[in-house]
Amino acid sequence: MVTGATQNPTPPTKLRWGELDEDDGEDLDFLLPPKQVIGPDENGIKKVIEYKFNDEGNKVKITTTTRVRKLANARLSKQAVERRSWPKFGDAVREDVGSRLTMVSTEEILLERPRAPGSKAEEQKAAGDPLAQLGKGGAVLMVCRTCGKKGDHWTSRCPYKDLALPAESFVDKPAVPETATAAAGSGKNTYVPPGMRAGADRSGTDMRRRNDENSVRVTNLSEDTREADLHELFRPFGAVSRVYVAIDQKTGMSRGFGFVNFVNKDDAQRAINKLNGYGYDNLILRVEWATPRTN
Amino acid sequence: MRPILMKGHERPLTFLKYNRDGDLLFSCAKDHTPTVWFADNGERLGTYRGHNGAVWTCDVSRDSTRLITGSADQTVKLWNVQKGTQLYTFNFGSPARSVEFAIGDKLAVITTDPFMELTSAIHVKRIAGDPTEQTEESVLVIKGPQGRINRAVWGPLNRTIISAGEDAVIRIWDSETGKLLKESDKESGHKKTITSLTKAADGSHFLSGSLDKSAKLWDTRTLTLIKTYGTERPVNAVAMSPLLDHVVLGGGQDASAVTTTDHRAGKFEAKFYDKILQEEIGGVKGHFGPINALAFNPDGKSFSSGGEDGYVRLHHFDPDYFNIKI
Repeated sequence: MVTGATQNPTPPTKLRWGELDEDDGEDLDFLLPPKQVIGPDENGIKKVIEYKFNDEGNKVKITTTTRVRKLANARLSKQAVERRSWPKFGDAVREDVGSRLTMVSTEEILLERPRAPGSKAEEQKAAGDPLAQLGKGGAVLMVCRTCGKKGDHWTSRCPYKDLALPAESFVDKPAVPETATAAAGSGKNTYVPPGMRAGADRSGTDMRRRNDENSVRVTNLSEDTREADLHELFRPFGAVSRVYVAIDQKTGMSRGFGFVNFVNKDDAQRAINKLNGYGYDNLILRVEWATPRTN
Repeated sequence: MRPILMKGHERPLTFLKYNRDGDLLFSCAKDHTPTVWFADNGERLGTYRGHNGAVWTCDVSRDSTRLITGSADQTVKLWNVQKGTQLYTFNFGSPARSVEFAIGDKLAVITTDPFMELTSAIHVKRIAGDPTEQTEESVLVIKGPQGRINRAVWGPLNRTIISAGEDAVIRIWDSETGKLLKESDKESGHKKTITSLTKAADGSHFLSGSLDKSAKLWDTRTLTLIKTYGTERPVNAVAMSPLLDHVVLGGGQDASAVTTTDHRAGKFEAKFYDKILQEEIGGVKGHFGPINALAFNPDGKSFSSGGEDGYVRLHHFDPDYFNIKI
């Protein structure tokens, strides 16, 4: 007679599910994919992907990302190691823990590459530089709109993504790569004439019209922003042919918006990508094409 | 990178020096008390109490046991590095501006300022291995240059002494006879006071920085001008990387920067230049006052700068510093 619990003959290696206890979840591990360790890459980031059963018996994937960071190589000579254990002397004898003589800077300081004044549109290599500088220059221009924190990350990488998003969602920013992408494809070191660069328009439209098609509208300017400020702000992205700031004649203050015309359209595109949402003189700028534009 | 800020001095910094192993950093300032720090994390080890005037300069022996400091109180003192005790005091008639141990640490070159009737002079003193045998006597005294001699260093194999100062001329002297061997060319040389001088790790060339807003690279043997680096600010301190072909200049008042719209404080920067191409690589900002002292760790992976603001900023380079290409 067959009784309630069916006992199917199973190959000896497999556990018979009928023999498993309620809380013997660990034994079901054979059902899970194996643990994966993606070893430390050049940034020192290590990922460990494990699969587990949670309390409700659902299969969950747990990804642990760790970053190992070595601050300084401590390859000390024998005498140096011995010097480390010397007693303090002079004024350092009564050094209380509270005296913060030595502090790590709160600001991240970078070796800021210089911006050569003059031609940026000419040298493709040079055009790579301000981008690289800005891409690296976290301290200056990386702004996250979600947490409003300057310097660490772009909005798409905000660790506080779940906080309330800003009321206005601006024009979708394409995922901004943090390294220069301006290379014409001929390598960063060779000169590429303007007509041959990526995004260069060869249809022979005249100078004036080209510039007006590269017009960028900047809104939410502070009231004492002037042409020179906008010129200085947009200059790193490329040659600027014209700047205009709308000024109220009666009060002399900016009406909060202005236009910047670039010589090259892709400079304008980069400026929009980078400066939209940038904090300038206490206000968050809005930077977009002056007329609705699709590529 | 995240610089480590060390505020141990109440007054402006004047000089910074790493020991040969690169684990200790000695700082001198106008506050009479040279200080020694650990070079990896900036922790203070101790201070050397005893001077009565601004300490302009220091040098440490190769085994890091002896420290020599020169001060405006007209003395040069020898210290035990570990204990902080004074071993000997040399007395002079005028403030001491620059000191350096010779290779082998048996001699030291000391420069003194012009003061009252005394002209500036370069003294060479013998340093005894045992401090109790130390005597005051000079092996050699060189007089001659007009104006203050801001820096004097030993040439290769201690055969020569290189001096530079207020008269903007770099001179090479024979270290045994005191004879003037070479002078830098007035046309191509500096036009204003030379404030600082630093030798390359192998001693084949050296860099001088001047208030004429430039720094120049010279060959040690022939004193020919090799390179010139221009800045917009008077140069107070220079340093050369022992690892890469970089020179760093630290400067002073930047009148033109006063009116920029950059609202950030801490904008005095140490400028990095490619040694061979003479082009600026970049700047490291952060000091609130002109930079008066620069020093590279002998391993080339970190450097420190001391400013008029009394801070020493210790920077450990990020990995991408070593990949910089112009």
